[in-house]
Amino acid sequence: MAKVVVVTSGKGGVGKTTTTAGLGTALAQSGQNVVVVDFDVGLRNLDLVLGAERRVVFDFINVVQGVAKLQQALIRDKRLETLHLLPASQTRDKDALTDDGVARVIGELRSRFDWILCDSPAGIERGATLAMRHADAAVIVTNPEVSSVRDSDRIIGLLDAKTERAERGEKIDKHILITRFDPNRAARGEMLNISDVLEILSLPLLGIIPESEEVLRASNLGTPVVLNNPASAAARAYLEAARRLMGEELNVTVPSEKRGLFNKLFGRRAA
Amino acid sequence: MKHLKHSQIAHLDRALDSRARELRQEIRDLLLQSDHEHHRDLAGMVSDEGDESVANMLADLDAAIDRSSGFFVGRPAVLDLGNTALSQSAIALLIQELEARHIRIMGIEGAEAANLGPGLPPVLVSGRPASGGELARVAQEAQDKPASKPAEQQSGSLVVDTPVRSGQTIYNSAGDVVVVGSVAWGAEVVASGSVHIYGVLRGRALAGATGNTKARIFCRKLEAELLAIAGYYRTVDDIESNLRNRPVQAWLDGNAMLIAALD
Repeated sequence: MAKVVVVTSGKGGVGKTTTTAGLGTALAQSGQNVVVVDFDVGLRNLDLVLGAERRVVFDFINVVQGVAKLQQALIRDKRLETLHLLPASQTRDKDALTDDGVARVIGELRSRFDWILCDSPAGIERGATLAMRHADAAVIVTNPEVSSVRDSDRIIGLLDAKTERAERGEKIDKHILITRFDPNRAARGEMLNISDVLEILSLPLLGIIPESEEVLRASNLGTPVVLNNPASAAARAYLEAARRLMGEELNVTVPSEKRGLFNKLFGRRAA
Repeated sequence: MKHLKHSQIAHLDRALDSRARELRQEIRDLLLQSDHEHHRDLAGMVSDEGDESVANMLADLDAAIDRSSGFFVGRPAVLDLGNTALSQSAIALLIQELEARHIRIMGIEGAEAANLGPGLPPVLVSGRPASGGELARVAQEAQDKPASKPAEQQSGSLVVDTPVRSGQTIYNSAGDVVVVGSVAWGAEVVASGSVHIYGVLRGRALAGATGNTKARIFCRKLEAELLAIAGYYRTVDDIESNLRNRPVQAWLDGNAMLIAALD
């Protein structure tokens, strides 16, 4: 059965788009049929991270407004044939998304894919609430710093209030993904540590993505880090997070570039 | 004990900050007003000093309602016409004006019963019915009317089993609020009774929001932004640092809020 997952955070710049691309690629690599949907209308980026920016002809808005068919707007990845992108429009704004249109497109995607990953825009306004509206599960991307954690908390409140599932009185699965984690800085007290973040947000941990130059390099190349350098710490962290998202139980570790040095076991059960 | 459903949290979420702002203003207004209020159980006293001042009074009233739109909601008020010489139709008109502002006039003081039409509230002297039993009957009728809020909100504690997230407001106008979980920064728990937090209190807790000075605040771990009881408040800077991160209770002693560790 298709699963709609929103990747959200409240705060901007924490790594939602990188995470959507990373998890989407990792899920697709394991044979799952995946579509990543860019909800950041007007500020689209997911196409860049996936290296598909020159192949965008029709976009999400065109499909929502009935100008184009879903099939015309979907872009199949050149490296992974089970990975698809539904790009956002760069020339429109979030008001062009209608409730009914989004519901119809998500419904259509559900019949075609195993996983529908929605890359939410930052903020708590219309774009963000529409991205979470139809979600069955949420990945809340958080940096280990106070403002990011606070914004995540706000978003979690909205997930419990404004999603379709919440309005039906059902739960939505919520997972914390900590990105840009630097174990050395956390040890020096310059960052919140993992247990602080989890205690404040009181939700299960999906994974810890270490701060890594590999991520930046991969984004600039237009190849998700999972494909660009699968042996890197960030790539391994995304691969493990994707396995947990599929229901596997793995201990959460902080992967490091030099294997074993910081491979500290947190002994914490994942989502 | 009532359990909060997700749909109710959604509803509360929509009420958000504006309601809490109103409440704080209300609390302040109530405290200011209680000094010159003759009738403890009649919250609003409206007085006018001359015919031409009726318009001014209405304008002042509008300003007050703008500032605190919930001030008169659900509270009976007494209209004092002692210094005016309004005709029967003028009084009826004035009461219509007040009703349009959702102010319920329970009785009229300083007016001749003969001057009031049959549809108008009863005449009072010093807050008591001038001709016995009338006010009691009105009050009874008011009680018999169907409640505007859901019955489960009318009395008792409100128990919240989930963490209260940033931006959410939990509000119980008819008793205590119990949160089994933490209250995040930027979240608010407001109760007419006491507030009990079985977790870390990082946001704001407002107990005795309708003026109950006996209300208290309890929490398992104090990291609060603000504690308030019946309008008296202390912010994080006014709370002794040796009480932070500890289980505490807060209560009012006269005009002072006291906080003590529970461990």
